[in-house]
Amino acid sequence: MARKTTQTRKAVVTALAWAIGFLIFFPILWTILMSFKSEGDAIKAPLDMLAAPWSLESYGEVQTRSNYALHFWNSVILSFGSTLLALVIAIPAAWAMAFVPGKRTKDLLMWMLSTKMMPAVGVLVPMYLMFRDLGLLDSRSGLVVVLTLINLPIVIWMLYTYFKEIPGEILEAARMDGASLRSEILYVLTPMAIPGIASTMLLNIILAWNEAFWTLQLTTSDAAPLTQFIASYSSPEGLFYAKLSAASTMAIAPILILGWFSQKQLVRGLTFGAVK
Amino acid sequence: MKMTLRALLGATALLTLTGMASAETTTITVATVNNGDMVRMQGLMDDFYAKNPDIKVEWVTLEENVLRQKVTTDIATKGGQFDVLTIGTYEVPIWGKAGWLVSLNDLPADYDAADLLPAIAGGLTVDGNLYASPFYGESSMVMYRKDLMDAAGLTMPEAPTWADIKTAAEKMTDKSKEQYGICLRGKAGWGENMAFLTAMSNSFGAKWFDENWNPQFDQQPWKDTLNFYLDLMNNYGPPGASNNGFNENLALFQQGHCGMWIDATVAASFVTGKDSTVADKVGFALAPDNGLGKRGNWLWAWSLAIPAGSAKVDAAKAFINWATNKDYAALVASKEGWANVPPGTRSSLYANPEYAKVPFAKMTLDSINAADPTHPTVDPVPYTGVQFVAIPEFQGFATAVGQQFSAALAGTTSADDALAASQELVKTEMTKAGYIK
Repeated sequence: MARKTTQTRKAVVTALAWAIGFLIFFPILWTILMSFKSEGDAIKAPLDMLAAPWSLESYGEVQTRSNYALHFWNSVILSFGSTLLALVIAIPAAWAMAFVPGKRTKDLLMWMLSTKMMPAVGVLVPMYLMFRDLGLLDSRSGLVVVLTLINLPIVIWMLYTYFKEIPGEILEAARMDGASLRSEILYVLTPMAIPGIASTMLLNIILAWNEAFWTLQLTTSDAAPLTQFIASYSSPEGLFYAKLSAASTMAIAPILILGWFSQKQLVRGLTFGAVK
Repeated sequence: MKMTLRALLGATALLTLTGMASAETTTITVATVNNGDMVRMQGLMDDFYAKNPDIKVEWVTLEENVLRQKVTTDIATKGGQFDVLTIGTYEVPIWGKAGWLVSLNDLPADYDAADLLPAIAGGLTVDGNLYASPFYGESSMVMYRKDLMDAAGLTMPEAPTWADIKTAAEKMTDKSKEQYGICLRGKAGWGENMAFLTAMSNSFGAKWFDENWNPQFDQQPWKDTLNFYLDLMNNYGPPGASNNGFNENLALFQQGHCGMWIDATVAASFVTGKDSTVADKVGFALAPDNGLGKRGNWLWAWSLAIPAGSAKVDAAKAFINWATNKDYAALVASKEGWANVPPGTRSSLYANPEYAKVPFAKMTLDSINAADPTHPTVDPVPYTGVQFVAIPEFQGFATAVGQQFSAALAGTTSADDALAASQELVKTEMTKAGYIK
């Protein structure tokens, strides 16, 4: 009886998990389906749209009109570049906060998080003026710095949480064996925190890939990533749903694939503290 | 040794020549919206390059609201990111007055500024300076289903009144067939429901401000406007209309769910186009009035302008001259047919017998001519603009008012409460901005 109840419960929970998963994925699925229809069919009622013939017309037109490769390359540089830079800064910072905390460490952590609470548009004009004066408008390097700074609080917080789970005695033992600070962080702490660092890295790449305020405001053509590629197909006066869906699918496909292949690592990292 | 010297000299000469060649090519960055006419222009650039081999054009195409925010930031901070901007009739007088745009009065003689439609050119001119060249102009008009009107035993007048519209909406509505008498904008936004409602209010004798900049939402004409709109939409409009903007209504009309749709004249080419299931059943009429001398139609022109910060003014002017010249209309007509020529900017286009054959040509021109941005309302007002008030603060508070009216349409607030809240919030903003002492 107990066995039956467990089996039933398991089935219900599984069905529920799939249902929630499908619900979350549905808008993306619908976008993908719409991208394979003609503009005329894309505005039909849902069932009529599904019954309409499949077409690659929108992908063809998007390819002709836009330089996808340039936007894709810019997205790769911005997301990976900003993530790596953030890790270089965040690993030593999180080490210090986790293993040699000062009186104000907690306050410092809260203050860092509070910078995420301000609406980005509030600092648009000063940022724009700084970028203009430094000649950084429409440059990848400028945007890498901005994206690094935007995501740095989250990266430090996540790494701090992971590092706190590692016993300080292990690092102490390394120190007693004569390890320098650099060796301690590079060869003892980092390998132990790899799952945490990997999941932080993945999450940060996804956040940077999808960032659509600064990447739209501070770029025009040379440094414009895939967010601008999507924005160029949205129109309040004209039905271009199929083309917009095709552009969106092309923009999210790389990060979706990356997320799919690294999901085990991501989940392991996110539950690092709980299972240790 | 001699050989090395020769090689070095040759290389230097080659480098110099390459340098000269690249120095001669001027690259201009054009910021534009994603609409059919602009996309078409990008496909016709070979003609521009053939005539201007020393100019290269880099396009930045963006969604309208993103573009507006971006070019506003750039021009206000003199960022110099763009050499040509696509802006509307709302921005031109404000930016022109602020000295942010380059005057286009000195475009070559073949540009023929006198050929521009007076209503359109008037909205783009400040103190005698043309600050933007119109690429396409639009007004609003009634698009209706001729077959449904026939079935209802009605005839749409060429210049209907609001009472005519209500009668037709009532007769054409059959909710069991998902057929709604009228589709109108309900989505909140200064360029969404407020563009329609402001133009509509003009025909009801309403206005945003009196001559001392006091808001007028507590006056009877605004009550009449909003109540009439809500009555029409609640009884004869589609469900969920408070989320409908141009695109949503276009999809509904193209799928045969709307008896009438009052919106931008530029929609005419879509509802009669290949994606429309009712393409051969659409008739056109002027926007309605109430016999007070003003019609409920707006006036808008997407126009090309040069920001004052641009270092490539000559190349930018050459591009604008090409894109908005009479010859461009002929170029589009030769490649894509007359129905695809950007409408609403030049008298010569409407004098062309070939263009006169386009079914919506005459109604578009009549609608544009029926709008007067310098005298938009029945009573005198201190502002210009038909469906907007040409002051910088308008975008912000008009969107807030739009949210109130959209909520009234959704049924979450009453018309009276929406008007009272609008009166209060506009008064606060205008006092803060120093218009009301």
